[in-house]
Amino acid sequence: MTTLTLGKAINEGLRRAMEEDPKVLVMGEDVGKLGGVFRVTDGLQKDFGEDRVIDTPLAESGIIGTAIGLALRGYRPVCEIQFDGFVFPAADQIITQLAKMPLRSLGAVKLPVVVRIPCGGGIGAVEHHSESPEAYFTHTAGLRVMACSNPADAYTMIQDAIRCDDPIIFFEPKRRYWDKAEVDLTAPGLPLDRARTVRHGDDVTLLAYGPMVKTCLAAATAAEGEGRNIEVIDLRSLNPLDMGVITESVQRTGRCVVVHEAPVFSGFGAELAARISERCFYHLEAPVLRVGGFSTPYPPSRLEDHYLPDLDRVLDAVDRAFAY
Amino acid sequence: MTAEAPRGADAPPELIQLLTPEGERVEHPDYDIELTTEEVRSLYRDLVLVRRIDLEAVALQRQGELGLWASLLGQEAAQIGSGRALTDADMAFPTYREHGVAWCRGVDPVKLLGLFRGVNHGGWDPYEHNFHLYTIVIGSQALHAVGYAMGVQRDGADAATIVYFGDGATSQGDVNESFIWASVFNAPVVFFCQNNQWAISEPLEKQTRIPLYKRASGFGFPGIRVDGNDVFACLAVTRKALADARNGQGPTMIEAFTYRMGAHTTSDDPTRYRVADELEAWKLKDPIERVKAYLFKNQLADQEFFDKVDAEADALGKDVRRRCLELPDPGPEALFDHVYGAPHALVDEEREQYFAYLAGFEAGAER
Ligand SMILES: Cc1ncc(C[n+]2csc(CCOP(=O)(O)OP(=O)(O)O)c2C)c(N)n1
Ligand SMILES: [Mg+2]
Repeated sequence: MTTLTLGKAINEGLRRAMEEDPKVLVMGEDVGKLGGVFRVTDGLQKDFGEDRVIDTPLAESGIIGTAIGLALRGYRPVCEIQFDGFVFPAADQIITQLAKMPLRSLGAVKLPVVVRIPCGGGIGAVEHHSESPEAYFTHTAGLRVMACSNPADAYTMIQDAIRCDDPIIFFEPKRRYWDKAEVDLTAPGLPLDRARTVRHGDDVTLLAYGPMVKTCLAAATAAEGEGRNIEVIDLRSLNPLDMGVITESVQRTGRCVVVHEAPVFSGFGAELAARISERCFYHLEAPVLRVGGFSTPYPPSRLEDHYLPDLDRVLDAVDRAFAY
Repeated sequence: MTAEAPRGADAPPELIQLLTPEGERVEHPDYDIELTTEEVRSLYRDLVLVRRIDLEAVALQRQGELGLWASLLGQEAAQIGSGRALTDADMAFPTYREHGVAWCRGVDPVKLLGLFRGVNHGGWDPYEHNFHLYTIVIGSQALHAVGYAMGVQRDGADAATIVYFGDGATSQGDVNESFIWASVFNAPVVFFCQNNQWAISEPLEKQTRIPLYKRASGFGFPGIRVDGNDVFACLAVTRKALADARNGQGPTMIEAFTYRMGAHTTSDDPTRYRVADELEAWKLKDPIERVKAYLFKNQLADQEFFDKVDAEADALGKDVRRRCLELPDPGPEALFDHVYGAPHALVDEEREQYFAYLAGFEAGAER
């Protein structure tokens, strides 16, 4: 066991993947000497050289477009998008090319490209540095979408993502980069498309991913005092969804609250709520409730505590679920 | 496998300079400029004051009063020279570092701090000073500037548009598209690229193999490289480019060759990627020292003048600090204001729900 921060766990996972397979490349803005603005690629260029850890020109469309070309040539590029808000210049390459090329080739083409995106708010940043753009990508067929929440998962998930032959959007909760935990560097993780029940309970199911898993766990602990037994599921994979784990849990608890930072309206929670109502309708004691951001652009940092779901807002939704 | 030294690097490109780092005036056949003593003193004052604002902002960030600050240290001449070339009718589109241009446009420095303190995303009315909001997404504003210039062109107005961006930004698709648009439509726009040699940790070689100003010719308009630490040259070159734009001669790209003396932003640690020698070499080319030397040598200003400017700078620094600390924190209603211009059912509903939720806490506290 080793104690690692989430950022360092991804770093270790990248290192492992690069050692294992010489075709794995890391590319992005400032990923070389600087080691990325969050130091997630720290030391990799020194150890693997400039041909495998590539400081790219400042152009996100270029990063993804050339990663596609490298993948066509048999490489496995891991692209870093510096901040969530800067993935949009690459949206065209991701949505019209990366997601669709394998199908167009009837499977002849594989695009094992991983797009790492530090996501979410809570670090007091300026505009465009706190976005949660997952729903744009879960809505795009052809992409797998993953979100890690803790160091141990991050370590295995990044390696599994790199090994997978499909293109993957990989979200990293930036405000949790400095969270520490014990990581077993030899233990295999859960398969990449599986959810994990991180806390067992029978009264209500909280569904979360990325940065909100920690918030939900804190809410569950706080609710214990009030005699409420909250189950928390970390989705890990947003597309595909591990509906087995979700369905079993909600059918048992009869109540479900979905929590994410992104705006509720047309957010990923809408998909979860719809699927749960389809599969658990006769078990539900209350509608599936959603806690998330408002239908407003991510606010200036002095307002982000209002915007971001916190323990109180999660528990408020739990109370409302029990009020039905 | 990575690129060798850029081809053609041995032939140093022409750099327009009117004032040497030692404070000597040099003549240039195409870009001469007549400046009165008052004008030179005024440029000097601008340079000193914006450096002081910048220093104060860095200090405020260190003390936790700003979330972030992007320092303009070293780039004062590029910004004041180009900023002072603008007429009131001209429009400027900045990045996030154009505090000196903002100063020239009459934007209250405290308004710049709002964004970095996290009380708003902009804070000034772009129309009031013909100075657009800061743009953080690299390169986006280049297209806005060209579109704006196309509007000016259609209005038949006697105005030009200038857009600022960095060396890193020249790699973005948006910037290259803006070059194409400007060229094809002969838009009255000046592309002002501050080549400060770095895009965070990436040196210029990661963005280009030819001098940036040479890119312009491939797009079909003139490109010029100017000593970005020479406020006279920046003023002269920008004035000419703006006049050309107003006179229907279309776009110009100006590459202001300068140096980012500080960190990329207060979050950055440049010791991880660049050597101290480089900074030392550029210190000798300081944009303020050479104007001071020029004023001194030519007896255009005495110690009393310099002391007065310094005192004014100190007072300004204090004033900026005081008013920064007084910036009111926005209330939660600010989340929902201005998202849309017309009433919007969803936002209205969420506002109402959130205020009811907050009221629940107050009711709880009273009990
Ligand atoms: C589209 C986009 N990608 C990445 C970033 C992150 N970022 C902020 S500043 C910067 C470097 C900009 O370099 P340059 O254009 O040279 O301007 P400078 O900061 O040196 O003034 C980067 C990569 C961003 N703001 N926008
Ligand atoms: Mg730069």
